[in-house]
Amino acid sequence: MTTITSPATIPSVKELERSARKSTRTAFRALFLRDLTVLRKSLKEFLPRTLLQPFLLVFIFTYVFPKIGQGVGGSGAAAAEFSTRLVAGVIGLSIMFQGIQSVALPMVQEFGYTREIEDRVLAPMPVALVAIEKVISGAFNGLFAALLVFPIAAIVPATPVHLDINWPVLLTLAPLACYMCGALGLTFGTRFDPRTVPMLFGIVVLPLTFLGAIYYSWSSLAPIKWLQVFVLVNPLVYMCEGFRAALTTSEHMSLWAVYPVMIGFSALFTWLGISGFKKRVLS
Amino acid sequence: MSASVEQRPPGVGSGPDEVIRTEQLTKVYPGDIRAVDGLDLSVQRGEIFGLLGPNGAGKTTTAGMLTTRVIPTGGRAFVGGVDVVAHPTAAKQVIGVVPQTNTLDRALTVWENLYFHGRFFGMGAKTSKTEATRLLEQFRLADRAEAPVLALSGGMAQRLMVARAIMHQPAILFLDEPTAGLDPQSRIALWDILGELHAAGQTILLTTHYMEEADELCNRLAIIDRGKLLALDTPAALKQSVGIDAMVTVTAAGDLDQLANVLRDEIPNATTVDHSDGVVRMGVRQIQGVLPKVVEAAERHGFSVSDLSSTEPTLETVFINLTGKDLRE
Ligand SMILES: Nc1ncnc2c1ncn2[C@@H]1O[C@H](COP(=O)(O)OP(=O)(O)OP(=O)(O)O)[C@@H](O)[C@H]1O
Ligand SMILES: [Mg+2]
Repeated sequence: MTTITSPATIPSVKELERSARKSTRTAFRALFLRDLTVLRKSLKEFLPRTLLQPFLLVFIFTYVFPKIGQGVGGSGAAAAEFSTRLVAGVIGLSIMFQGIQSVALPMVQEFGYTREIEDRVLAPMPVALVAIEKVISGAFNGLFAALLVFPIAAIVPATPVHLDINWPVLLTLAPLACYMCGALGLTFGTRFDPRTVPMLFGIVVLPLTFLGAIYYSWSSLAPIKWLQVFVLVNPLVYMCEGFRAALTTSEHMSLWAVYPVMIGFSALFTWLGISGFKKRVLS
Repeated sequence: MSASVEQRPPGVGSGPDEVIRTEQLTKVYPGDIRAVDGLDLSVQRGEIFGLLGPNGAGKTTTAGMLTTRVIPTGGRAFVGGVDVVAHPTAAKQVIGVVPQTNTLDRALTVWENLYFHGRFFGMGAKTSKTEATRLLEQFRLADRAEAPVLALSGGMAQRLMVARAIMHQPAILFLDEPTAGLDPQSRIALWDILGELHAAGQTILLTTHYMEEADELCNRLAIIDRGKLLALDTPAALKQSVGIDAMVTVTAAGDLDQLANVLRDEIPNATTVDHSDGVVRMGVRQIQGVLPKVVEAAERHGFSVSDLSSTEPTLETVFINLTGKDLRE
């Protein structure tokens, strides 16, 4: 065996506390780099899982239905209005799926019997920031997914889609939505028993999506008042309405409601996620 | 200060050379499980220090507290002079850890596991690359560089975890039962690695429940059970402390209680006599001429001795003496 290098001498406590800042920054970046590498290596799975659902949604609702005369929203102008509205919903949906898939699902393994997350928890940075890094990388996954889905939603529909992009709203709302969903993923991944996380899709994500103002705008629920009020607990509603404001001229919930509520949800999920994460990795 | 001061061999004490220190360190898990109970330890720079104890003794919990993953419920712990509870990020900069379970990153290849670990600890891309490659060579894993970690055997995974833990040149290396589940060959290979690290001045804290490992590797040993420190010294001093020259084991049929009494009465050199698992164990001060007397006394009282052996005191003897029970249940 070749030589083993001699170990470093120990810096003074003061020096270590001073260098903790720098080691945190470097470790945070390295964790993100690790996640990017995992994303790059799993692109083969990432692409179909990201693209298939939005493609099918858009294809069936805005291509097949109009062609077979079973249009949702009627025909002509109304059908076009529906396609336009669906674009925003599909993007919101993709971001939320990404948040859960890229943050919550890997935790099943990471917190599993072998606790492979441990080596990352031992990186020289605060544990809370290891959790935040997961949210940020989940948000990045969501942004990437949204970029991929956007062309599908705009091109596939048989009826014309009228986009009218409000850039300031889009450029602030998209990162906020991605962050919120990353934090939602962290909350799910840490607050649920790892073994039940895969079940999340059936019992939590499905209702979230069907009651998430993806296929309809929130205001159009007015005839069913109780439902309109009930779905207000669903973060996806605010995202889809926000994207409607950012991308279309369709009617949408006031941005004065969308932004504060999304910021509130982000803070809540971040807090729930970080404390859940700490509970899992520290004992 | 506490009793641990008197237990320190001459020249060992707090000061610039003390790299691990615990003061009344305690962990009570929910359900009032006292995993670690008022532990006082002091480890010096360059030492291989062993925590020896049976399953559930509190070894992993102690290592966990020293490496920031378990939050103590009482007392204090320092690594490299840093309070691990108050400044975990500072503490994490100076330690390397090989946990009891396989914590390799399964989303990455063997080589990537090392590469990213280096990056986590602030190594540049280039240094991290060359170090990862060099370590794989050194730990004879180079041919597996591109393999997923799931494809490694248990021994290979263990080697990779050791490589990962020393990659960032930690001042203190923690290994939690590093040789559990390894075949004898891999165990000796790992002992060699630890020996080399020790020769290079590495401070190592190692937990184990293998007596031979503790005896072979450790400069000093803490024997713990139920979270409490039972003894702390060099392996040689621990063995001497039992105050016997040999341990005589007698296998015979019949009432062993009675046989033990007979031997206690008739063998003047015997210090301790007890029996369990169908054998009588007897600590003896002067072994010369004792064995024939044992056979003679036993047969005179109607016992037929089917096996008789004498061994030098081992850490096992020490352990039995301290706890009254066998380490290997
Ligand atoms: N997370 C936990 N929650 C509750 N109790 C725990 C936890 N971890 C350990 N314990 C308990 O604490 C005690 C000490 O456990 P620990 O893992 O430290 O022992 P050990 O000496 O490492 O044993 P082994 O040789 O089996 O690895 C045991 O009684 C164990 O059941
Ligand atoms: Mg253990």
